[in-house]
Amino acid sequence: MAKGLPLNTKLYEIRWHGRGGQGAVTAAKIVAQAALLKGYQGVTAAPSFGAERRGIPISASTRISSQPVMVISQVETPDAVVVLDHTLLKYPDVLSGLVSGGWLIVNSWQHPRELNIRGDFNIATADATKICRELGLTVGGFPVVNTAMLGAIARTIQIIDLASIEKVIRERFSGDALQTNLAAITRTFEITRPEIIR
Amino acid sequence: MVKKMIGIEGSFAIAEAVKLARVDAVAAYPITPQTHIVERLAEFVANGELDAEYIPVESEHSAMSACLGTSAVGARTFTATASQGLELMHEVLYVASSMRLPIVMTLANRAISAPLSIWTDHCDAMAVRDCGWIQIFAENAQQAFDLVLCAFRIAETPAVFLPVMVHIDGFYISHTIEPVQLLEQEAVDSFIPEYRHPYPLDPDRPVTMGAFGPPPIYTEAKKAQEVALRASKAVILEVWQEFSLLSGRHYSPVEGYEAGDADVLFLIMGSFSETAMVAIDRMRAKGQKVGLVRLRLWRPFPVQELRQTVGKAWVIIVLDRAISFGGRDPSVLKSRRRFIP
Repeated sequence: MAKGLPLNTKLYEIRWHGRGGQGAVTAAKIVAQAALLKGYQGVTAAPSFGAERRGIPISASTRISSQPVMVISQVETPDAVVVLDHTLLKYPDVLSGLVSGGWLIVNSWQHPRELNIRGDFNIATADATKICRELGLTVGGFPVVNTAMLGAIARTIQIIDLASIEKVIRERFSGDALQTNLAAITRTFEITRPEIIR
Repeated sequence: MVKKMIGIEGSFAIAEAVKLARVDAVAAYPITPQTHIVERLAEFVANGELDAEYIPVESEHSAMSACLGTSAVGARTFTATASQGLELMHEVLYVASSMRLPIVMTLANRAISAPLSIWTDHCDAMAVRDCGWIQIFAENAQQAFDLVLCAFRIAETPAVFLPVMVHIDGFYISHTIEPVQLLEQEAVDSFIPEYRHPYPLDPDRPVTMGAFGPPPIYTEAKKAQEVALRASKAVILEVWQEFSLLSGRHYSPVEGYEAGDADVLFLIMGSFSETAMVAIDRMRAKGQKVGLVRLRLWRPFPVQELRQTVGKAWVIIVLDRAISFGGRDPSVLKSRRRFIP
């Protein structure tokens, strides 16, 4: 079991927004598996249920709790919203229900204040796209930013840490893919800009 | 015997159960939201983790027909389907139960077209309500894993010899990652003995199965089948009891939640009973005497257990995920008339 952060005792809900092919569903699952390794008894992760296609806006849900999670519907009042493609911010669904004091974590080259989003939640940004391009973490020429954004999450929400994410990544990948994904996570962790509301 | 908790998608947990059961044959056709189960099984066969015959067929009708054949020669047989796929194999389902072939199938419950829908409801389950299979509903990924393992044992018990359908709500269970405790291979091996068909199809010792049956024979065969299905409950109870010793997880035909002193009860099958428990906890905190009845064994229908669990409640709210067009009540309510005093 990973040392460090104490377990959060409240149900923590994350909603993911991305485009088909960016790996939002996989990232939602990796975070759930990392939380389980960290000692959380209750975790669930699921895609928004439907027929997804490459490029269309999609969402996914992760729930983390020290108790078994009994609700497996889609997350409606997220503690954190993770956005893999900043162009999705124009859709009202993306910020819908984000709790007061929660986190909006966006893959963007802009500083949180430059996003011009106002709300009683904190904002973090990280340019995961740039890091994936630099590392060659692309499929068919398109950056696959899901694992990189795990670094931004570990930096921001204090529920999971890099060590447990790394364990899951090591189970899922091997060889060059493993090293590239780990590098993307660490580098994104380092460049993440968390901006706490006052 | 029990392994540590892992985070795994419901579909993959089911594939693990099928692998642990050392299934001999899988014949399947992919259909959302069941596809991940048979895809994973195909991977297991391809990479040598599972020594089984994987038969990719061109339709669900063929899938179930192939299952008839493999089960009849004495091979432990599994398949999975959903919705339109189940409809396409419909007529063959009756053949499986009437020929008393212990096939195990997972049904990832999904709505039936039109309009085209891939989302969960129980219309597919209700359309095969009377096909003579033992039918069991799981509420989460752990139960899906457990109940599929138990299904092989139940189906292949000589006193039963009937196919078993394990229902899981499409997406809610099939596509959600949840904590699941798998079992060790040795434990499963001791729990599920070798499948032996008493009169297998064998060219050296020819037998006829499902032959032409004139009315007197047909009536006798159907009566025998009905008696066997009703009697299977005793075996189901035994198998679940034995499984609880193995795993520490206990299953019953009907399970209550805060039902004992409840005035108002919900009656639910499948995954959203867990959501109902959260609602009931909140209503109880406000002093409302509400509870839940979870129907796990759908066929044979557990009249006696249901009557016991319902207790003294004066209202039962049935949350049915199927519609009975033109009928007076949804499908589950039709059963209700039999057990309400």
